[in-house]
Amino acid sequence: MYNLIGAGLIVIGAGIGLGQIGGKAMEGIARQPEATNKIQTAMIIIAALLEGLAFGALFLGK
Amino acid sequence: MFNFAQNLESVIFEQLTMKIAQKSIKFLTVLALAFVTTSSFANIDDQKHDDQKGGGRISTDKQVKEYILHHIKDSHDFNLFSYTSDAGERKHFGFPLPVIVWSSKGLTTFMSSQFHHNDDGHVIVEKNGMKFAKIHSKIYELNASDSKVAFDATHHATNAHKVLDLSITKSVVGVLLIGLFLFLAFRSLAKQYKKKQVPTGFGRVLEPLVLYVRDEIARPNIGDKHYRRFTGYLLTVFFFIWTLNLLGLTPFGFNVTGQLAVTACLAIFTLVIYTASGNKEYWMHILWMPGVPVLIRPVLAVIELAGALLIKPFSLLVRLFANISAGHIVVMSLIAIMFTLKASLGVAGATILSMVLSFFITLIEVLVAFLQAYIFTMLSALFIGMAVAEHEHH
Repeated sequence: MYNLIGAGLIVIGAGIGLGQIGGKAMEGIARQPEATNKIQTAMIIIAALLEGLAFGALFLGK
Repeated sequence: MFNFAQNLESVIFEQLTMKIAQKSIKFLTVLALAFVTTSSFANIDDQKHDDQKGGGRISTDKQVKEYILHHIKDSHDFNLFSYTSDAGERKHFGFPLPVIVWSSKGLTTFMSSQFHHNDDGHVIVEKNGMKFAKIHSKIYELNASDSKVAFDATHHATNAHKVLDLSITKSVVGVLLIGLFLFLAFRSLAKQYKKKQVPTGFGRVLEPLVLYVRDEIARPNIGDKHYRRFTGYLLTVFFFIWTLNLLGLTPFGFNVTGQLAVTACLAIFTLVIYTASGNKEYWMHILWMPGVPVLIRPVLAVIELAGALLIKPFSLLVRLFANISAGHIVVMSLIAIMFTLKASLGVAGATILSMVLSFFITLIEVLVAFLQAYIFTMLSALFIGMAVAEHEHH
């Protein structure tokens, strides 16, 4: 029971984090459209790292 | 010759249609759905409850869950679909795969059809004086004196033990298929470059992808000086993962990149490559970080070592495994709507709902298939780049 709540909390945190990453990347792209590729690459890497954490939590909490 | 072939074809076709027409409409619908919707819900009622006469159809939530978990796992035979005929007999469509086990008397091989699709240890296969049983997709060797598997209260076999299983399982078939496909495709591409500069045919599809991996993944992350050495590995990993992910979306029910063993193996390749090619400065930054107080250096060394040897490969393997498994579970759960919501929405409503949802989620899965291959390759390139980077001295 508690592990499910913990996993849920971590996924909520990861969701907030992903939202931040996506939002900031959008902002950055809007400010500097010529840097789109670099921003996208960095965004995907960070999002992937965060996603790994969220999935780890899901598996440990299952 | 041509006429004969055509005749034969029409005869076979007629027989096939006759045969199929005899089956009930229900079965046809299930068959059509199984092939139209992706991912193998195809063997929808191929359950562990094989002995259940006339039943075996999935209708309860528990059975759906069990079925999905069964699909996620590897299996010893290649079952496309199965059904219960009007006479109440279970029919299976598919083909058996060889079972290769290393047991108490050395190497033993037999076909998995000898288990007769049994998965709870009731069918015993005798070979070379040894007795084997299959329980939950694992091969067990029975003690010589016994002729039946005995279970304890927690459903563990008490008189049998696991053997080293080297079988050609479904996942191995998938890996072999993709390996052969990639070998043929890229060999023909490489051959074409010997004759002319521009590839033709299928090579035109592959060339931009190869250039993409080289110019967008390998070169920016590893650096102009060293990238050529690692491009081969990165290309292999990229196409291997991508095509296997796509194979997982076909109705044949492969789930290769959703096996921990496969992703762990790929992560270990990356680990070995970046560990072995790390230069002096890379190890120095791990073991004795310059520029920080001496007292902190050992603490940092522990963290950095754990990061380089454990956390990096672990995150690689878990990400791929979890993404693909989760994708399969989502697709299958959405297809299962037609069984679980049949009572409340009616057969047509539940079917339409599950078709629409699973169609769109499958489109997302096609994107995920590419994205996960890209991320795995990208992070591998990043880790290799960290290991071979040359820092300018201040």
